[in-house]
Amino acid sequence: MAVTTSDGKTFEPVLGPKAQLLSAHTRAEIDHWIARFPAGRQRSAVISALRFAQEQGNGYLTTELMDGVAEYLALPPIQVYEVATFYSMFETHACGRHHVSICTNISCMLNGAEELVAHTERKLGIKLGESTPDGRIFLKKEEECLAACTGAPMMMVDHVFHENLTPARIDAILDELK
Amino acid sequence: MSEDLVNVEVDGVARQAKKGAMIIQVTDAHDAYVPRFCYHEKLPIAANCRMCLVEVEKAPKPMPACATPVAEGMKIFTKSPRALAAQKATMEFLLINHPLDCPICDQGGECELQDLAMGYGRDISRFVERKRVVKDKNIGPLVSTDMTRCIHCTRCVRFGQDVAGIQELGTTGRGEWMEIGTYIERSVDHELSANIIDLCPVGALNSKPFRFRARAWEMTQAPLISPHDGAGSNLYGHVLRGKLMRVVPRVNEAVNETWISDRDRFSYEGVYSADRLTTPMLREGREWRAVGWEAALEAAASGLKRAADSLGVLASPSSPVEELYLLNRLVRGLGSHNIDHRLRQGDFRDQHADPLFPSLGQPLASVDALDALLVIGSNLRHEIPILAHRVRKAARRGARVSFLNPARYEYLFPVANYLEVAPANQALELAAILGAALAGSGTAPPAGLAGLVRAARISDEHKAIAAQLAGGTQRAIWLGALAIRHPAYDDLRALAAALAVATGATLGVLAEGANAAGAYLAGAVPHRDAGGEVPSIPGLNARQMLEQPLSAYLLAGGVEPWLDSAFEQAAKSLAGAGFVVAATPYVTDALREVAHVLLPIGSFAETSGTYVNLEGRWQSVPGAARPVGESRPGWKVYRVLCNLLGIAGSEYQSSEEVRDELRRTCGEDLEAGPYRGAHAVAAAAEAARVVDVPMYQIDALVRRAPSLQRTRDGRAPAVTY
Repeated sequence: MAVTTSDGKTFEPVLGPKAQLLSAHTRAEIDHWIARFPAGRQRSAVISALRFAQEQGNGYLTTELMDGVAEYLALPPIQVYEVATFYSMFETHACGRHHVSICTNISCMLNGAEELVAHTERKLGIKLGESTPDGRIFLKKEEECLAACTGAPMMMVDHVFHENLTPARIDAILDELK
Repeated sequence: MSEDLVNVEVDGVARQAKKGAMIIQVTDAHDAYVPRFCYHEKLPIAANCRMCLVEVEKAPKPMPACATPVAEGMKIFTKSPRALAAQKATMEFLLINHPLDCPICDQGGECELQDLAMGYGRDISRFVERKRVVKDKNIGPLVSTDMTRCIHCTRCVRFGQDVAGIQELGTTGRGEWMEIGTYIERSVDHELSANIIDLCPVGALNSKPFRFRARAWEMTQAPLISPHDGAGSNLYGHVLRGKLMRVVPRVNEAVNETWISDRDRFSYEGVYSADRLTTPMLREGREWRAVGWEAALEAAASGLKRAADSLGVLASPSSPVEELYLLNRLVRGLGSHNIDHRLRQGDFRDQHADPLFPSLGQPLASVDALDALLVIGSNLRHEIPILAHRVRKAARRGARVSFLNPARYEYLFPVANYLEVAPANQALELAAILGAALAGSGTAPPAGLAGLVRAARISDEHKAIAAQLAGGTQRAIWLGALAIRHPAYDDLRALAAALAVATGATLGVLAEGANAAGAYLAGAVPHRDAGGEVPSIPGLNARQMLEQPLSAYLLAGGVEPWLDSAFEQAAKSLAGAGFVVAATPYVTDALREVAHVLLPIGSFAETSGTYVNLEGRWQSVPGAARPVGESRPGWKVYRVLCNLLGIAGSEYQSSEEVRDELRRTCGEDLEAGPYRGAHAVAAAAEAARVVDVPMYQIDALVRRAPSLQRTRDGRAPAVTY
């Protein structure tokens, strides 16, 4: 179905065999982002499209999902691979569905981030860069400053910031993840 | 002073430059060298190597010359201490991760990084940490990769995006982990893709078939002309001890710019195919015997003399004009006019209306400026890749390009209208476009076409195409190889010509082979002698020669009629002939079955010769490599045959003499001229068969190039529509 673009023209997403892999929900979200850009600039929607594709993929992007996004947006697949491998919020290898990134940059480090990492690793029984065996939590290898130094130490869980962390707060947040 | 110019100062000298030009364009124009890796005049600007940093007065930092537009009063210093310091610092960064494997790198000796490291690099690296290593990718049989050598200039990526029209390579990862590649393992398949070998400023992308074969400085360079399509791409052959080692492009802005197709680049492998014929051979009963040239030529001459006017000559449309002209003199000297190079043409009824030679109707370079184009029956990207590239440039500029084809071929540019029509209905569709064009101007169709135009049902698409061709200043209609192979080609041509008259567009014919235009001029057609002179009685055309067996044949220039012609009974007709001479670089079992005398001649790289491309451009080259074994340049073999047959005036001393005589016969100011036929088209359409020969099967040479055969296009089967 054609999407009305920001310049009042339309863009027709390609719903071929590869794009069929994207769920109706994912496609609707991508359409929403296509509509924010002028016609012919659907490449601008790649980052957002990949976010929803990753959500659909339970935390990581498969080649099939990326090919689906490429086909849907009528782009060469390599342009989608480029974006997916460039940004640290996209995972292209199998990992847990909730991405937990504990900031270890200077402000958080001074406020005890390293102990928090050690605590989390002990609690989950995995090291940084690994996922829990049940596929619930993925502990990102390293996260640089996320610009929330006023609330250090902090971490990001699936794009939500949690500030002023203590081991108890981390336990509570992680236990709530389904 | 024009308003479009600004005054700048380059290294202290006052210069004028176009407004909006980048600094590097101005410095290049005035021979002030600025080092660069990522900048390339044919590619969009990326400014990611930073090698071209120059000092600009009042700018706080050195500026990238490739991405800084000139401004009024700008003072640019390309060799000031600040500029040099910036360039040297960039060089140091680029060399951090670059391996020191120049001694085993094919790029060594012709490497931009090596050259610039000489001028801008430090003697000793300060980098003591571990260098990074990048896994090599397999991107197909043509291009080898050594990705650790890559400096991320992204020329190859931009080539795919901007020139080829499909991005196959990209940059994945970031920072230290950035890599050039395809992400998932796949081949890079575009028909111009191997140009990334020349674009790559380092040894990351190199020629796979040439890998570890020779060093750049050991080889000598000789000009060649592409022997595959009518563009006449300019090539260089690189030769080591008489052997052709590789082919690279020779820049000619008017023809192929800086690009060549993969077919032109890698077909040289076929020159040294295992089935090269290295010595003259004679058949004795079922046995073949290697003989000396004298015995072979005498046997050939006496057999041809016996056949006299029942001889048929089938010539390759990719032979040089010298060979074709001598073949013409030979066959006509024997009293026959049976000579043809149009081996796949489907229809000869209207051949007397042919222009002087098949022509594009316009210079190649002006294709870029077309406003509208209708291509009839052409898998253009496969037939003439360089021409397809120019059409793509025109389409990106806004030209309306439409197609009438038996199948949907992928074009990597916006196509205005695409009519996918079975061969049998193509004439009727074309008549509908003609009807729409005539309705616009209110004129009646030519008498012979009126019935078909009346029968045609005109749709909005037909009207749209007619309107495209009628608007704008530069418009063209082209008939491609799939039209020429059509059994009712002359119907299509008459309709296309009428459409051209009705709309004011030029008519072009994309004849097959590298020298179809030259073949017409040299008289290698039954209905025209050299220079276009019309003989009183035309000889037999290719179809007639192969359908009605003659008593003797001369197969010239490596022609393999069972593969190179559209006539299924070709092999049978030849087998039934009493005497067959083959002048060929190759010998196969199929040829041994039918031939009686085999004369080894040089391939395109081993003979001097002249090719006339589809714009009518004569291009002569001196020959690059030493002929294999006992083989001799074709023109020498045909000249001796002419001598032995007593054909007067054939004592040529050089191929230039042959060419000059032909040029005198043709006269100055060669114009192809328009089609002037009055061909009548029967209204009823018959079932028609048209074969789309795969791009790497079109001639004897390319069929023997193993690397091309391993590509995706090389594995594609022929399709009959």
